[in-house]
Amino acid sequence: MTERTKDTTAVQQEQALPGDRPTPSNEDGCAVEVQNLVKRYPKTQSNAVDGISFVAKRGEIFGLLGPNGAGKTTAIGILTTGVLPSSGSAKILGLDVVANPVRVRQRIAVVPQKSNLDKRLRARELLIFHASYHGVPRVEREARADRLLVEFGLADRGKDNVNHYSGGMAQRLMLARALMHTPYVLFLDEPTNSLDPQSRLFIWDRIRSLNQQGMTIFLTTHDMDEAEQLCDRIAIMDHGRILVLDTTDELKKLVPGSTNLEDVFIALTGRTLRS
Amino acid sequence: MNTTTPAQTTSMYDYDSAARTARSQSLFIVTSLAFLAMLRRDLVIARRDFIGNLVQWMVVPAFFLFIFGRVLPQTGAASASYGALLLPGIVAMSLLMTALLNVTLPLVIDIGNEREIEDRLLAPLPTALVALEKVLFAALNSMVAGALVFPLAYLIMGNAYQVRTGAIGTLIYIMLLAAFAGASLGLTLGTAVKPEQIGLLNSVILLPIIFTGCVYFSWSALDSIKWFQVVTLFNPLTYSAEGLRGAMTPGLALATLDIRWVLLGLAGTIIVFLSLGIKGFTRRAVR
Repeated sequence: MTERTKDTTAVQQEQALPGDRPTPSNEDGCAVEVQNLVKRYPKTQSNAVDGISFVAKRGEIFGLLGPNGAGKTTAIGILTTGVLPSSGSAKILGLDVVANPVRVRQRIAVVPQKSNLDKRLRARELLIFHASYHGVPRVEREARADRLLVEFGLADRGKDNVNHYSGGMAQRLMLARALMHTPYVLFLDEPTNSLDPQSRLFIWDRIRSLNQQGMTIFLTTHDMDEAEQLCDRIAIMDHGRILVLDTTDELKKLVPGSTNLEDVFIALTGRTLRS
Repeated sequence: MNTTTPAQTTSMYDYDSAARTARSQSLFIVTSLAFLAMLRRDLVIARRDFIGNLVQWMVVPAFFLFIFGRVLPQTGAASASYGALLLPGIVAMSLLMTALLNVTLPLVIDIGNEREIEDRLLAPLPTALVALEKVLFAALNSMVAGALVFPLAYLIMGNAYQVRTGAIGTLIYIMLLAAFAGASLGLTLGTAVKPEQIGLLNSVILLPIIFTGCVYFSWSALDSIKWFQVVTLFNPLTYSAEGLRGAMTPGLALATLDIRWVLLGLAGTIIVFLSLGIKGFTRRAVR
């Protein structure tokens, strides 16, 4: 009897976690909430992330745009529990990333810039193991792996060792892996960097469709085209700081005469994005 | 499906009960499921590499047993009973080294260059448990390697060795302690060694461990070389070999290090290197 009461309370508490299930009341809530976030790596002279604050709303595609070395990857690292902040706070769906990393990891997925595929496993196994780390039951995870392999055009390569995968295939597989546990917030670090145009369009298409189904997307890019094509709102980042944060149209209005985000970036920093 | 929500967009979360259930479980269950899944992953890979592993586990002890346990005694370079002294040492060496390398080698590569372990670090469980899983699996793996030495010894040395069956319980738990000591040491090394230093591992770490580990001689035989006898006490292999000697050889008075020192030495190794290793692992994993 007591056992049962306890169980029910536990489940209720779980369901009350702010992170779960968009309901009409919290649909406009924060997916990502960052306050005065600072990261300085040991033995370095400056902050990789230098006091940034922003909010990414549920259901939006949020972009961090900036040149290489701006601190985007560090920012994503902190948000995805892989890097500890030096100060400030970061919350995913209301859960603090430092205090509650396990609960955060259940609700997010990460597609990193460089392949981190488990090379000892075959593609299909890799998807299935990812889901089983996240507690997805066997029947469900197997069905899901097969479905995603088809969806990502890898159905006939499911038994291959991922060592034999091309860059584009690896990227698709990493995205498929990220979806195996149906995250609420999907983090993509330079998702189409160094991909051929066709793979790039494919990934963009997938990102849009996931977003339409309710997934919050948080991506970094140094490609203004990508930012413009995909993002609802963009934060322009340089030297660890966020310079501006707005929709593409509003950002362009900031700089009279600008036709694209590159112009905005040059006006703000005095240099080009790709420098 | 969900009648209370105004029909705006179809959310994938509406039909995804599996992921929702997984998220609503207690932290203990979530963590345990992830931990078990990682053990299963390692098992799948170990099964795939089984033949290779088997060869690797057998070649080194087979050569040692053949040369030191059969050739030397038969040519008169060692006494006929040398095999009884040697076998526990070889079992201990096999256990400790297999466990150590099983953690160190994959870890140096995983955490150094490739970050293949990242997917496991992003799984819903505390980072320290990812390290503990490595240690546990390597220790169990090396138990198989250690156990394999017994049939090998039978094939190579025939009756020139004996195992006291009365102390089989002691034998097993000392084997387990030796395996965990090796795996713990491997965790510390794996997080401390950089990929480019991996070539040094053999000459700087492994050989010294083997030759100062009382594999080929018993500890008390070193009475006349006091400084070396003291050096051997800093080596977990000494405690493993001497402990197994005590458990395996009845009446031969080969066991020279008291079982209490053996237990203290092995437990100490596990505690010190497991905590150092977990600390190092966490520091490398979460920057």
